[in-house]
Amino acid sequence: MSTALEELFIRTKSENRAALIAYLPAGFPSQRQCIDALKAMIEGGVDAVEIGFPYSDPVMDGPVIQEAAETSLRQGTGAKEVFETVAAISDLVPTVIMTYWNPIERFGVDNFLKTLKSNGGSGVITPDLTIEESTSWLESSAEHNTNRIYVIAPSTSDERLRKVVDKASGFVYAASLMGVTGTRTAVSSSAQSLVTRIRTSTELPVAVGLGVSTPAQAHEVAQYADGVIVGSAFIRLLQESATESEGIAKVKELATNLREALGRP
Amino acid sequence: MATPIESEIIGHFGPYGGRFVPEALIGALDELALAHEVASNDPLFQVELAELHRTYTGRPSILTEAKRFAEHAGGARILLKREDLNHTGSHKINNVLGQALLTKRMGKKRIIAETGAGQHGVASATAAALMGLECVVYMGEEDTKRQSLNVARMKLLGAQVVPVTQGSRTLKDAINEAMRDWVTNVETTHYLLGTVAGPHPFPTMVRDFHRIIGIEARAQTLELVGRLPDAVLACVGGGSNAIGIFHPFIDDKDVRLIGLEAGGCGVASGLHAATITGGSPGVLHGTRSYVLQDENGQTVESHSISAGLDYPGVGPEHAYLHDIGRAEYRAITDDQAMQAFELMCKTEGIIPAIETAHALAGAIHIGKELGPDAVLLINLSGRGDKDVQTAAEYFGIPL
Repeated sequence: MSTALEELFIRTKSENRAALIAYLPAGFPSQRQCIDALKAMIEGGVDAVEIGFPYSDPVMDGPVIQEAAETSLRQGTGAKEVFETVAAISDLVPTVIMTYWNPIERFGVDNFLKTLKSNGGSGVITPDLTIEESTSWLESSAEHNTNRIYVIAPSTSDERLRKVVDKASGFVYAASLMGVTGTRTAVSSSAQSLVTRIRTSTELPVAVGLGVSTPAQAHEVAQYADGVIVGSAFIRLLQESATESEGIAKVKELATNLREALGRP
Repeated sequence: MATPIESEIIGHFGPYGGRFVPEALIGALDELALAHEVASNDPLFQVELAELHRTYTGRPSILTEAKRFAEHAGGARILLKREDLNHTGSHKINNVLGQALLTKRMGKKRIIAETGAGQHGVASATAAALMGLECVVYMGEEDTKRQSLNVARMKLLGAQVVPVTQGSRTLKDAINEAMRDWVTNVETTHYLLGTVAGPHPFPTMVRDFHRIIGIEARAQTLELVGRLPDAVLACVGGGSNAIGIFHPFIDDKDVRLIGLEAGGCGVASGLHAATITGGSPGVLHGTRSYVLQDENGQTVESHSISAGLDYPGVGPEHAYLHDIGRAEYRAITDDQAMQAFELMCKTEGIIPAIETAHALAGAIHIGKELGPDAVLLINLSGRGDKDVQTAAEYFGIPL
């Protein structure tokens, strides 16, 4: 049986467009406001949501997401709040959790996926789980039918890329550049060549993340990728807004503009 | 350099070790592992490093018998391996020179390093100056204040010191920031990690560069007392000086290996850095080991009077040595460490690093347990010049 996430990519392909995937850390700016913001972004046109599990040592994240994670952790966000957010959003669009490995290991690998599934989630993005350390992860995710989304970097060799995508499902996360999360003035030219390399090894959809923030960048990426991932840009709008309603309106507007940019000729 | 206790899976120590890192770093880690393996089997590299140690580090470091100190340690014979006499004042230089040579072999021109107390940062800045490499040191903002003298030393040596303002602003956050730099600049940059933690090959490679401590000390002990010691003691933060002196004794089953962790205000208080004594298995900074963490897997901030031990993780090989019972780990409180610090100053005329004072406090306990027939070998991993201000404050000496 396919996951909601897999069905989404079948649909967006038939519509000849890329899927818009948005990221927010759970519990940011607060537990309730996070869910409200995500709902507004979905109204604006977000197709799928990555819910971040805020973590104390986010080595893959730039300053924007670090600060958001700290805000969330100060309010006590943990596994309970992450899964609550999954449950609140999964009825609307497919959801995945994006998390560093230790919170999964602490919760228990099998229990984590069982709880994800029972709350309606489709899969998990694991930015620091290498394929060599994935034995228990592969077994449990097969048993619970959840998607395993691995990140591929521009520096990943072709040989290694094949090994990783062979174990992946849902989609492949292509990191557009060598670096951490955050907005950039331009999408790195390495993104397109990485997507091309990934496509020679797998039929899975490929989504591009890291440094995509504007409709123009999203449009550019949508011409060659199956999904466009935007995180820091949404977070920054919420951080910069003077009031809650202003933040909600701004993230919805950005989602609308990004979504309109995803069509192909 | 496979040893009997290492798992057949490369980079693992039983269930510990491995690689939990962004995919972007895998290529660089593979390159480093290969460079280390090639160098380990290359006589030219070994000669070059040995010559540097002889003419620059000041190796072999001597063994000092601490007879007056021993009177307070049950009368056991106390042998101090004097890593404090190395250039830059601690064992850290052993690893730094090795990795700096590898950096040149890999054709990289820039090194980055993290530092807590500043000892590793100073050693890295020193090696960079010696070999003409660019050097950036990440240091928690809190630590730059606690260890301002070492910040100045690094700057004098030509390094750039970047204060890290994220998280708890200490060593763990400095490592996070160094890893972010590395992910971004991995093409040109080597991350000169200062302890036996982090992703493979760091725990193995850093250990191999520090094994010289144990190799020398084992031979020196045999020469001085005609037999092996009953116990080898060392302080454990990340665990580099401890694994360096432990490792050549692992096959000597009658020699007890005892690591002394930073017990801070006491493990029961929660304010400590005793990761094995008071932590649980988890993943931090790219490796699986013991970690101080909460129920959600979030790293808990550590506490110790010693900046160099103030780290909520520990090297994976120590985790394994603990689990299989080959090494023992005990916690020493801030107060116990400072009493041993004072005793070493006043009985032997040696001002030890506060990190090292934890091992000395352990020697007082173990000496009393084993009695006057025992021989204890202690790694005097660093000198205490950098700690004069902290110690003066602790003992109420006006500055």
